[in-house]
Amino acid sequence: MSAESPRRGMLERYAEHAGADAIEQLRQLAGLLTGLKVVHVNSTRRGGGVAEILETMVPLMQELGLDASWEVIEGNDDFFTCTKSFHNTLQGKTLDIPPALLIAYEEVNAANAERLRPILEAADIVIVHDPQPAPLLSHCPERRGKWIWRCHIDLSHPYRPVWKYLRRFLLGYDASIFSLDAFAQPMPHPVYLIPPSIDPLSEKNLPLDPANVRQVLEEFGVDAARPMLLQISRFDRFKDPLGVIQAYRLAKDFVPSLQLVLAGGSAADDPEGETVVEDVRRSAEGDPDIHVLSSGHYSDQTINALQTGADIVLQKSLREGFGLTVTEAMWKGKPVIGGNTGGIRLQLVNHRTGFLVDTPEGAALRIRYLLAERSRIGQIGENAREFVRQNFLRTRHLREYMTLMVALTHGNADRIELG
Amino acid sequence: MLSFAIKDCALAMIAEGRRAQTLRELRDALRDIHPGCIYHHFWGTLLRPQFSDREFNNDFATWCHHGLHDSAIAERLAVIDPADFADLEGLRQELIEVIDERLDETEMILFARADQQFHFARSVIVVFDTHKRLSHPRELVEAVPQMSVGSIFYHFIDARRRDPVSVDDFRAWLMGLGPEYQSLCEAVAQVDPYFESLFVIRQRLTEVFTQHLGPPLQRKAAQRQERVA
Repeated sequence: MSAESPRRGMLERYAEHAGADAIEQLRQLAGLLTGLKVVHVNSTRRGGGVAEILETMVPLMQELGLDASWEVIEGNDDFFTCTKSFHNTLQGKTLDIPPALLIAYEEVNAANAERLRPILEAADIVIVHDPQPAPLLSHCPERRGKWIWRCHIDLSHPYRPVWKYLRRFLLGYDASIFSLDAFAQPMPHPVYLIPPSIDPLSEKNLPLDPANVRQVLEEFGVDAARPMLLQISRFDRFKDPLGVIQAYRLAKDFVPSLQLVLAGGSAADDPEGETVVEDVRRSAEGDPDIHVLSSGHYSDQTINALQTGADIVLQKSLREGFGLTVTEAMWKGKPVIGGNTGGIRLQLVNHRTGFLVDTPEGAALRIRYLLAERSRIGQIGENAREFVRQNFLRTRHLREYMTLMVALTHGNADRIELG
Repeated sequence: MLSFAIKDCALAMIAEGRRAQTLRELRDALRDIHPGCIYHHFWGTLLRPQFSDREFNNDFATWCHHGLHDSAIAERLAVIDPADFADLEGLRQELIEVIDERLDETEMILFARADQQFHFARSVIVVFDTHKRLSHPRELVEAVPQMSVGSIFYHFIDARRRDPVSVDDFRAWLMGLGPEYQSLCEAVAQVDPYFESLFVIRQRLTEVFTQHLGPPLQRKAAQRQERVA
């Protein structure tokens, strides 16, 4: 299936956020890749971070003159059970995957290869996202292009037996891409590092009417006239929601009007998530200024309104991937107090774009500082937005993909001088 | 008059797969690491996400400060000017010597946390011609603010490594045009390439060119027309 036709003028709309110079650079770089047949492959057209990236990346590549398309592999229940286990084990969970599921994984890939082989073998560049479609390469012996495995997950501490099984499907690739150096595993081919990005034109990130923001806050019983702290993330021990409540309580002693909103997606398929929500509710009991929003799925616009309405955003993770919720909040001009871990470190510079903390006490201190020095909220928020504009928008992500494509198609030397 | 060819560049970062957790491990890796890593951790850092007011001008110093919490070695590494060395091997030797000196004087081995190790990386630099040409220095006033940060990196930072006398491309061009640009060259030399982001460097260069060469030609023409009217 090919991707939707390019939305004309997308680049111009991105120029309003990223700057005309950044778009001009994309055009120049794309000039070296005109007509290049690029195929992205993943396992879902809707939902999840990868689909969100490809929804804009593919049309942008098309508008720049690349012959880009997006293919999705089709799987059955066993296949998706297996790949969900991959996801958990590659991020450190100890779990042995039954052989029957591994067989389903390989069979689904073999079946999809029958359907996709002509497209994949004819492509100049094939970018395979995450482990789901990884074995496709072994079914395309007549491939003529370069194959890249794009890993969106944190592979720093994989459960070794599962990684050992998957690795053999990756050895034939020409390159891999990881989001951060700390997430990468050694490979026999070049391992590129490309951080993820946010889309400034998505519902999650477009500016909202203040009336809409107020309405959403009222809907959840939050008083827009009083200071509000927000953490948006799954209810997961690694996101430390109990530490956030502790930090809020320590700060509330000094700022009695303070409110806290903890919002996260539903965790119906995650038994541990349910336990964490219960613990959080128990800890918040008796305090009407703590709002735990854990039921149902919140729309992108609701998340946007909560982030826009917050005075300070927290992401007090103990372990984190890149932390795109941090990027989103920074883009809305919010100072973020984040855990000193993973990709949060790349985004928060103390006193400049936010604060890195190691303890609830540290978070409380920074909350008190910002609420006592209200002008700093604006200054840090402004810095944060500019920092994201320069480094973490979709256009930068696209530029790095195209640079990598030029490198791979021009011999992968350290220095490539063209034109 | 010789024209100025505006080029642009973009970096693709490659993980080298080697890490260091102590100063000794950093030194050992520096002995045989790919020379591209030395370039990347000194120069390439400017094209990576970073906030403008940087504390240190290279990744080695930054890591020694934030990872090892050894400010003495961080400060010594930070004053190394890569432009002082004819090639990356010279720079590599200097790094090793500075670290060896610190290892000799310290009795404790400082460890970074497991999740704060130094990760060696290098980059592929892709340089391409924008096909834009400047025929007169006055055109710099309009052209520089419109340049991408990749162009600024190529002409102002990377040039120092390409040029045998470590001069940026703007000065190299202006110096060849005659002595009347001497004071402008001196002002360009005052723009520090290490502590600011490329966005700020672009702004500083624009200010210097505007100050020395006057407002953009189009604005000048408009002003002239206004006066005539």
